Formats: sequence, C-alpha cells, structure tokens
Amino acid sequence: MRRMLLLALAVPLLQGCKRETRDLRPDPPVAAALDGVAILPIGIGGRPPEVYFALGKPYRTNAYQLSEGKRLYAWFGCPQCHGQGEGTARGPALLDGWWNYGPGLETIYLSVRDGRPGGMPAFRSRLTNDQLWQLAGYVQQLGAYSGGAAAPSRDDAPPTRPAENRAPARFAPLEP
Amino acid sequence: MKEAAQSALAPGGAEAATLLALFWPVVALLGAIWLAVLLVAALGLWRRPGQPRRPGWPVGVATAGTVLVIIGLTFASYLATRPLSAAAEAPLVVQIQGRQWWWQVAYPAEGDAPGFTTANELRLPLGRQVRLELAAGDVIHSFWVPNLAGKQDLIPGRDNALLLTPREAGIYRAQCAEFCGLQHARMALLVMVQPAEEFARWRAAQAAPAAEPALAAEGRRVFEARQCSACHTVRGSTAKGSTGPDLTHLASRGSIGAGLLPMTRGALAAWVADPQTLKPGNNMPLVPLSSDELQALTDFMALLQ
Amino acid sequence: MSAQPRDTGLDGAALDAALASVWSARPGLLGWFTTVDHKAIGRRYIATAFLFLALGGVLALLMRWQLAQPEGRLLGPDRFNQIFTMHGATMMFLFAVPVMEAVGVYLVPLMVGTRNIAFPRLNAFSYWVYLFGGALLWIAFLLDMGPDVGWFAYVPLSGPQYAPGKRADIWAQMITFTEIAALAVAVEIVVTVFKQRAPGMSLDRMPLFVWAMLVTSFVVILAMPAVVLASTALILDRLVGTQFFNPAAGGDVLLWQHLFWFFGHPEVYIIFIPAVGMVSTILSTFCRRPIFGYTAMVLALVSIGLLAFGLWVHHMFTTGLPRLGESFFTASSMAIAVPSGLQIFCWLATLWGARPRMAVPMLYVLAFLFTFVLGGMTGVMVASVPLDTQLHDSYFVVAHFHYVLIGGAVFPLLGAIHYWFPKLSGRMMSERLGRWAWGLVFGGFNLVFFPMHILGLWGMPRRVYTYQPELPWAGLNLFSSLSAALLALGFLLFFWNAWRSARKGEMAGPDPWGAPTLEWATASPPPPWNFSRIPVVESVSPLWDAPGELKVATGLRLDRRELVLTSVMAAEPEARDSSPQDSIWPFLAAIVTSVMLIWSIFSPWAVVWGSIPVVAALILWFWPRGTPEDES
Repeated sequence: MRRMLLLALAVPLLQGCKRETRDLRPDPPVAAALDGVAILPIGIGGRPPEVYFALGKPYRTNAYQLSEGKRLYAWFGCPQCHGQGEGTARGPALLDGWWNYGPGLETIYLSVRDGRPGGMPAFRSRLTNDQLWQLAGYVQQLGAYSGGAAAPSRDDAPPTRPAENRAPARFAPLEP
Repeated sequence: MKEAAQSALAPGGAEAATLLALFWPVVALLGAIWLAVLLVAALGLWRRPGQPRRPGWPVGVATAGTVLVIIGLTFASYLATRPLSAAAEAPLVVQIQGRQWWWQVAYPAEGDAPGFTTANELRLPLGRQVRLELAAGDVIHSFWVPNLAGKQDLIPGRDNALLLTPREAGIYRAQCAEFCGLQHARMALLVMVQPAEEFARWRAAQAAPAAEPALAAEGRRVFEARQCSACHTVRGSTAKGSTGPDLTHLASRGSIGAGLLPMTRGALAAWVADPQTLKPGNNMPLVPLSSDELQALTDFMALLQ
Repeated sequence: MSAQPRDTGLDGAALDAALASVWSARPGLLGWFTTVDHKAIGRRYIATAFLFLALGGVLALLMRWQLAQPEGRLLGPDRFNQIFTMHGATMMFLFAVPVMEAVGVYLVPLMVGTRNIAFPRLNAFSYWVYLFGGALLWIAFLLDMGPDVGWFAYVPLSGPQYAPGKRADIWAQMITFTEIAALAVAVEIVVTVFKQRAPGMSLDRMPLFVWAMLVTSFVVILAMPAVVLASTALILDRLVGTQFFNPAAGGDVLLWQHLFWFFGHPEVYIIFIPAVGMVSTILSTFCRRPIFGYTAMVLALVSIGLLAFGLWVHHMFTTGLPRLGESFFTASSMAIAVPSGLQIFCWLATLWGARPRMAVPMLYVLAFLFTFVLGGMTGVMVASVPLDTQLHDSYFVVAHFHYVLIGGAVFPLLGAIHYWFPKLSGRMMSERLGRWAWGLVFGGFNLVFFPMHILGLWGMPRRVYTYQPELPWAGLNLFSSLSAALLALGFLLFFWNAWRSARKGEMAGPDPWGAPTLEWATASPPPPWNFSRIPVVESVSPLWDAPGELKVATGLRLDRRELVLTSVMAAEPEARDSSPQDSIWPFLAAIVTSVMLIWSIFSPWAVVWGSIPVVAALILWFWPRGTPEDES
C-alpha cells in the first residue's frame, strides 16, 4: 500500500519535473557534444550523440524546448517555404507525416543543420546546436502521428491550420 | 543635467511636472486626513466616559466632508489629465516596439532626415513635444520613464501613444512596468534628452550605415559568418537579421543588453561570451566562439560608433 | 404524528442526550470524512486557509531575501516568477477569500441561532474541492510546474504561445476549484441568513458580521462567474486552440483584463467586507455598547458591495482606454471612499469616550484603523488617472494593497481569531503572547511595507526578480527585507500561541468577553446541535438586553435533525425543516470532480468521460431516501 502510494507520487513527480523544467543555459561542453550525430553514409538516419540521451531527450518531451523550437521556426524563415507546416510551392509540407528523409529526430536535425538538395538551406551557421535540436524537435512534433505529452499550442497569429495539439495527424490524409 | 535617474519625484519633463504638481497637494491633503482620523481615535480613547448620548452630527459632517474631498479630487485629477493628452503641432514621432526583453526604437523619416531603427535607447531633442507610438511585438509591456511622464502599456493588437515634452537635458532611465516574462526585470531603456543641434547631429550619424573600419575586418567576418548575423542587422554589412536589436551604431549607445551593463569593451565581450548567465532566458543564444573570434568580434563591435 | 418525540418538557440533560444521538458525527476516520457539521468544516477550512497563509508567507520571505540586495543570487528568474505568482495566487485564492468564508461558515449559523448551515453537504463538498484545488497548485509548484504568469495571468503572456507547458493551465484550473468552493459557501450563507435566522431576528436585528457575510456572499455570487468564464476561455485557448484572446484572429487581449478585474476588484471587497464585520463585532463588545449608527453601517456595507462592481477599470488606466471613460472610473473608485469613510466615522463615534478594554482583539482593531486608513488614502491616489499613470505597477501599488489587505483584512482577522478562539476551541488564547505577536506583526508590517511607497516613487517596478546596483533601491530594499524577519516572527508567535492555547489555554466558558450576540449563548465550543433550544431574539444585542435566560422556541422533533425556518424579513417562524444527515458522497463527489477538472487540463475529452462519474456521484448523493417533507 505504502509502496503504491510512493509510486503514485513519484510518477507524476518525475514526469512533471522533466516536462516543465526550463533549461535556459545549456553547458557549453554539453552544447558542443550535441553536434556529434553519427550519420549513415546515405545521409539519412543515424544515431544521436550520447549526451542527447543523458539529457533525457528533452527536445520532444519538454514543453519549453518545444516552444523555443516553435519560436525559431517562425524567426528563421521556415514559414517562407513550409508555411505553417502545410507546405508551399517552394517547400514540402511538414504536417502530413510524410518525411522525404525519414522521420527520425536525428535526420531532421541533419536536414536543418546541413540542408538538403532542392533548396533546403543549411542552418549550421545560423543556429547553435541546442537551437537546432529545439527546431528539429518542433518540426518532428508538427508531423507526429500521435499527440505528445508536451506540445506547443496555437500561436497568436492568424490561424491557417489547426493548433499543434489538435487531434493527432493520423486523421489527416496520408498521401505525399 | 540629470544622470541615469529613475524617479517620479524629479521631473525632467512637462508631463511628469504636471503629475508631481498634483501629487504633493494630494499627499498633503490625504496625509492630513489620515492624521486627523488617528488624532480623533486617540482622543476618543483618552476621553473619560460620561456622555450618555453620542450626537450624530460629527459623523454626518465628516461624511459630507469626505464627499467634498472626493469631488474635489475627481475634478483635480480630471483637470490634470487634460494637458497630458494635448498634442502640439508637429511633434517628433518615434515608434517604439516592446519585445521580450528589449525595446526597438524607430525614427521615421522626417523632412530631409531619413528614418532609421535603433534599440534600447531613445534620444530626444530638448523642449520639443514627442509622440511615442507604442506597439507590442509579443506580449504586453509598459513604457515608463518616471522622470518624464506616466506609463503607457504596449498591447498586442492595439496602437497606443504617449506624449512627452522634455524640459531638462539629461539621461533618464526607463523600465518595463508590466510583467512580461522571464527577464521583465532587465528590460530597461535609456532616454537621453539633448539640445536640438546635438540631437540633429546624432540623428544624421545614426541614419548612416556602419563605419568601415579596416582594423576590424576579421571581427566583421566573424559577425557575418557566425550566428550573430542571423538575428542582428548592421547596416552596410551582410548582416540583415531582424529578430534582434539593430546593432549598426551599437557602440554609440549608453548600455547593452537593454540597460543591463554600461557600454564598455569589457561588458561587450562578457555579454557576447555568455548572455545566458547575465540575462538568463533571453533570446540571444550562447554562441561558442574561440577566444580569437571573441576578441575580433569585440574589436568590431566597439568600433560600431 | 404523536409518536414523534418532541423537545417540549424535557429537562436539560435528557434533551442534550436526545440531541446528541441525532446530531453527533460518527466517531473515527469515517466520521471525519462524512461529517456535515458546519463547525467541523469551518474549523477545517480556517486551519487549511492558515496553512496556506504560512506557505504564502514563506514564499514572501524568499522574495524578500532575493531582493534584499541588488543582483541577488538566491533565485533565478524562472523560480522567482513562479514564487511571486504562487504567493499572489495562494494569498488571494487559497487564503484570503476562503478564510473569510470559513469564518462565516463557522459563525453565521451560530450568530443567527440555528443548528447547522443551509445545504450542509454542499458545505462539505465545498471544503474538499477547495482542499484539492490548493493541493493541485502546490503539488504542481513542487514539481516545477508552478504557474509563472502572475496571479492575474495576463494574456498573451499566459496564452498558448508564450506560456509553454501546463503551468498556466494549473493556475486557471485552480481558479475553477476555488471558485466552485466559494460560490457554494456563498449560496449557503445567503440561504442560512435569509431562512434560518432565530425567530424574532428581523433584518434590522441581525449582527453586523452577519450583514457583512450576506453582502460578501452576494458579491461572490455576482463576481466569481466572470473569472471562471475568463479562466475557462484561457484553458480553451490553450488546449483546443480557440481564439478568445488572440487579436490576430479577432480576439482581444484587453477582454481578459476586463473579465479578470470585473472579478478582481470585487474580490478585494469580498476580503474586506467580512473584515468590516469583524471590526464592528469586536469594537462593540470591547466598548460595551452597540455600534454607533447601525443602519448607516448596514447601508455602507451594501453600497460598498454595489460600488465594488463599478471600478474595475482603475486597474487598467494605463492600457490606453478613452480618457473620459477613465475619468468616470476615477469618480466611481473614489466614491467608495464615502461609505468606507462613513464606517470609520461610526467606529470612531463608537470608540469616543468608551474606554474600551485593551485586550488583543481590540489592539488589532486599532492596528486596523492605523493601517487601513493609510491604505485607503493611497487607494484614493491610485484611483486618480493621472497619479495612477506614475504609481501603477510600481512598488507603490505593492505597498498600497498590502496596507489594504493586511491592514484592512488580516489584522481584523487575527483579532477575530483571538476573539472567537474560545468559541472555536473552548480555550482562551494567551494574552501575553498575543500582545508580543501583535507588536511584532503591527510594527514589522509597517517597517516592511512603508518603504515600498518610496521605492515605487523612485521608479522600482513590480515583479522584478532583481535590480542593478547602480539604482538607488538597495538600502530601502534591505531595510524592508530585514523588517520582514520581524513580521515573520510575529506570525510565528501567533501560530505558536494558537497551537499552544488550543491545548493548554485557560478554559473559557460560554461567554468570556461579555459579548452581545447569540454565538455566546451556547457552550464553548458549541455542541454539534449548536443550541439545545432555538433562541428567540428581541433586539440587536440579545445577550445584553435580555440578561439571564433567553426566550426559546420549543416543539422541535428529536428523532431527526430539525431546525426552524423563518421568514426573510421579520424572521417569523414558518416551518420546521430537517437538516441533512452525514454523508460520504460530498467527499466522493469532490474527488471525481477534481479528477475531471485536473484531467481536463490535459485533454478536452476529460469533460466527456470525466463527467460520467461526477453525474453518478451526484445521483447517489441526491438519491431520495424517504426523508419526509417539511412541516409547517
């Protein structure tokens, strides 16, 4: 009984701590290590650096990191080609769950960092490593098949699409 | 000349003077009433019992007196409000946008003088009325230079304005007065009131693109190639970012980091090296720079006069 | 009918035994969860509210520590923002309003001479909902999920784009919890006052505290829906992407402020009006004379309650609303000084030459006069549009509202706790400790908060987590922070005094102060049935005007919980009514309601699935159990 109670207390405790912490200043060595993604030779897929796991994979589960990603998405010109995720003539949609280079977070990170053929520019020199992860986390969240535990919500702009924490994307058409 | 003052009790402008002229009499009147109440209470406590009937008329008179005081104060404050919104002819217009957590200050073109954008510093000519057009870039902020005027909020979706008439040259400090998130405490702005000729000179200098110092070419290269240029503009270089403050004439300003540190070479280097320790949570990331890069960058920025 | 036992002709001991068998709560833990006795719930409510006062006070000390010197390093901005939000939210929503209502829950039925509050199960439900709401906020805070958007949660800072995570939702849902609790109590008090007064207690014989609670309850009923509406709209904006407050989509940022302050300003009076009742009660008892100008006092209370709804805009003078409209709100804000002033003059007239007995409650009344009148004066200043543009959102306002809320409400409350402690516990609070605590609280308070007026005029804005050494604020801030230790010590002494006196205090007897109102006509603490026989009232000070035995009403049944219903105006006896039995369902209903409300922060589907157990619990709660109808 007492153990159950402790467990019942500990679960929300751990969950709560993780999803709401605001890590405002990543340690410089940690930030530097975040760049160490091992890439498969084809340039798609790979393994995130150890430190990403040591941090507890915050870029998909932490509300603050996701909202920072969302801010960067708007600030760094992503909407010019991808719209609010629905895509434009210049760039593919991000909402539909169809990833040209696979759905892995490390792949999205690489796409943003190094750019991709067909017009996707490299953001290596525009963003810092942790910002690249934040942006990648947000972009992955945009096209996720299921709602996450932490999600940013609609922004204070004219709405062009449903908010990110709407019903999951599986209800959207899946054609590329 | 007033130095970096931030006080409602030392007006340097017509509006703040109007407010202070209302403030002291009101304080005196209300203070007197407060003391009178305490005095009556003390007398009442000391007074010997004996009077069986307590007549009602003093209560009636005191209440009537309250009504009169209230009516008087209402009219006084209405009258004091009127000059605050009396626009003179052709005021200087400055557009201020509050951002998390800094101020964007834009001087629109006026006559032959071209327009330009700067940040965290408002320079005003002495004696001329200014109309500040206040807008919010993200959340609600509030613009408050206590020495010059009362505050006015900057609200998303609304266009607010504030009239100022500086009457005394000096440097006044303004600070955001509406809670706006993590760094609400460090969102200040220096208001420098200077004689008209000096202001005109400053204005012309600000409108020009950044100087081209050969000495700091390496720093400029770092600035353009690294993350700096993604958010900041330096007119005359390839840096055209618009989400951070315009840095074209950074070194001519009185402070960096929105009133955080005085403008010195050391403070510049410290700020660039670790903005997240000095102002945790602000939107400038900690960019990893080698010491050579930092040195060159600081050289470059210190020359952005 | 003749089979029903009546209380006619029974002697004291037999009557009490018969009453005890129907009114007593079950012993043990189950009894603790099922009781609907307004005294048990009121005591619990008061104790919980004071616990939140202590927690909020600790947060205040942390803030004072952080601000004691420039560039303080104790707290970072993120933690500081959570702490000042929690301090405000705890003090306003979990302490001030609930404690005033709790004192009402405990005292109003006693003062009007009835045996339980109206809707006693709703009362139990209200307490549990309040407790769970407070626990939600504080557990979230301990999990680093505490709201960090200010107790006023202005959009867009609290909106979906700028407040990531669930922090703001927790604030908004905590509002729902506390407002459900407050509305429930308000309804109970209105009905208790209107229908359950002792025979003969016409409206003009009601104690002023009861009047104050009546007015407060109406203000609660009219004001709270605005904030529930606003916080629900905020949750919808954040959870399902509605656009209530998004200017880009036709919403309005200022709409939030209007709704919030339409509640928020009356909130201040919800806290202050009961305090007025406490001051009147204490003053009358210790001066040994009725309050001067009873009718004027009642009219002043009612007009404060009405005017409270006409001045919310003075919180928004700097938002750029039309100047003429703002001037109207200047007039209405200042107008509230008239009834407040009238009350103060009436109190002074009561005090005049009365040579009151200077016990601790009376000392708190004097502290109230000193502090509240000063806070009222600065209130007149912030009501003036031009002055407010300088004072708004500066430390001057921090000083002002602490003078009004601590001076105007907490001092009377502390006095009231000393005054009614015998009725709560059966024992007196220590006079000596009480005087020390009074001195420390009163002195400490003024030393902490008076310098803040000056800091505000020197340009120090509110809600800053630190300030720079170049600014001239360090000295006064340090002084204020050091004085905070005195204030904290005073409160500590008060708590120690209450704790110790509840166990070892001198026994009080039914009426230790020689007070005039009905709650002193029964034992201390009162038995579960309050009055063995319902008293009959013939004046506003029944215990003074009818020394010795009060007249009583007889003929009530003894086989069920029964009380007397009277008419609204003249309190003529109208009917005998049964008062509900103990029940576990209010507790269970509060649990399922809390589950639904907390779940609905995370998913809109909670409203659908979560309401099923709520409906089930309510059906079982209200399931007819063959209780006979009222008898006239």
